[in-house]
Amino acid sequence: MKVKLLAFAALAVLVAIFPRFAGNYPVKLLQEILIWGIFAMSLDLLMGYAGMVSFGHSAFFGIGGYTAALLLAGSPGLLTGLVLPAAVSAVAALVIGFFSIRVSGVYFIMLTLAFSQMFYAVTFQAAWLGAEDGIVGVPRPRVLGVDLAQPASFHLYLLVVVGLAALFLWSVVRSPFGHVLRGIHDNEARMQAVGYAVDRYKILAFVLAGVVAGIGGALYTQLVGSITPDAFLWTTSGEALLMVIIGGTGTLGGAVLGAAAFILLQSLVSSYTERWMTILGLTFILFVLFAPGGIVGALRGRIGLRA
Amino acid sequence: MFVPDFFGQALNGLSYGVLLFLLSVGLTLIFGMLDVVNLAHGSFYMLGAYAGLATIAALGNFWIALVVAPLVVGAIGAVMERLALRPLYRRSPLDQVLLTFGFIYLFEDLVKWIWGGRIRSIPPPDVFSGSVTILGATIPSYRLFVIAFGFAMAVALWLLIERTRLGSIIRAGVFDAEMTAGLGINMPVVFTAVFAFGAALGGLSGVVAGPIQSASPPMGAGILVPALIVVVVGGLGSLKGSLAGSLIIGQAETFGKAWLPGASMMMIYLVMAAIVLLRPQGLFGRPLK
Repeated sequence: MKVKLLAFAALAVLVAIFPRFAGNYPVKLLQEILIWGIFAMSLDLLMGYAGMVSFGHSAFFGIGGYTAALLLAGSPGLLTGLVLPAAVSAVAALVIGFFSIRVSGVYFIMLTLAFSQMFYAVTFQAAWLGAEDGIVGVPRPRVLGVDLAQPASFHLYLLVVVGLAALFLWSVVRSPFGHVLRGIHDNEARMQAVGYAVDRYKILAFVLAGVVAGIGGALYTQLVGSITPDAFLWTTSGEALLMVIIGGTGTLGGAVLGAAAFILLQSLVSSYTERWMTILGLTFILFVLFAPGGIVGALRGRIGLRA
Repeated sequence: MFVPDFFGQALNGLSYGVLLFLLSVGLTLIFGMLDVVNLAHGSFYMLGAYAGLATIAALGNFWIALVVAPLVVGAIGAVMERLALRPLYRRSPLDQVLLTFGFIYLFEDLVKWIWGGRIRSIPPPDVFSGSVTILGATIPSYRLFVIAFGFAMAVALWLLIERTRLGSIIRAGVFDAEMTAGLGINMPVVFTAVFAFGAALGGLSGVVAGPIQSASPPMGAGILVPALIVVVVGGLGSLKGSLAGSLIIGQAETFGKAWLPGASMMMIYLVMAAIVLLRPQGLFGRPLK
């Protein structure tokens, strides 16, 4: 455990000093990886630990993003930029979770997918949310007297928030609560029989994952300065699922690896060919078929690495 | 004014509902047999529309396209089932669902590659290019054809499933695939056939939809959501549910557009939420868990 925390700290330092020796474009890619990384990690908490495969996780990414976009325009601070988006995402996750956890498996997939598309439908037609153009020109907040419009300070802010979110998820999966989730994944009926209130655990997992996804969405809005209904598209959830699977389901760290692989591959492939979607689709199909453990699974098999 | 408006909208909703039925019945059949929610089902719809376009471009006849396109899409479905889905049958059904998600990207990009990304439309066949006036409402006659065709297909499917030997094999397979295999039915062949048949129905709905809704590569990912809502509302794995769900969602969508223009896209989700709250397994679904 100490080794892991040290490795985590070393990684954080590397990310922190990255802008000193890299240009604007690589830094932007790294920042996207960080944001998509925690989004994918939060999804991994659901699918990898609790066994709830959601195709509607984009709902919380979008809700966090839209809440931040609306509130930051009024008063740009930590409360409007992170705390309230997280709170609104939590409420949304509670409501969607209430409906969705009544079913499981493929029904759960379809319901979560439909709910996220519902938010797409609402934002696409709501004039006060900018309809299909979304909300643009979102200012970055001031935090502890520091104006995050400065690229250097924004980078550190991003790193701290993402780092804390990652540590939070990590502590969740290591906690007794996390072990119960794994138990539910392995055998829900048995956990029920042993006396766990399975539904309550599931909904709490759904809310926790939603909160972190909402923070991811809020950070994304602050990074690019805008948010559009596309954030809610079910294919956004699909891309996050893809990252989790490419990285390795049920490993948390794998989700970040998957996000990195996805974003780097996308930027690399897009500069050579327009056939990015074909390559993405094929990569995904091949991973599901031949490497269900993802990158982490393959590494474990090869060099006996343990995560 | 009210009666013609209402009647016209109801018929529009009916033709849309019938298209959703052709699409969702394939989805529900595949699920019933293989336990897979085929997320690439919308792609079959798109492939059907483009296969139809290509056939019409080559032979200039809509009716030939109506036969050829489903065959092409069915063949694509058969290949997909044999090469990609079959190796996963021993794993969790969720792995297969995820796999079908990858195919959405592949199919959409392939179509972009071959036909380009712009929006195209399929002209209706000459016989149905006009319109008729019923109860004061002017209806494109092609829509009436779609409605009649859809109901004819529903009856044909019902006869196929309830009244033929093949249908009884399918029903047995849906009920208990292992037991059916034990009775000497070659289930792998049935799986491939059902998947191909479901894909062909998806392709068929794509061609039929062509003259009403134009064809573009993202149409597949777009139609999937209403199709999934149909099966959630009607109950997964049920032919009756598929029909009822399609007709309900078709009307909800159309009347939403007419009466609630600012929130029309919400309608179908409200219907879905109400059903899930009252009857999680859908109108005709088997009880869950």
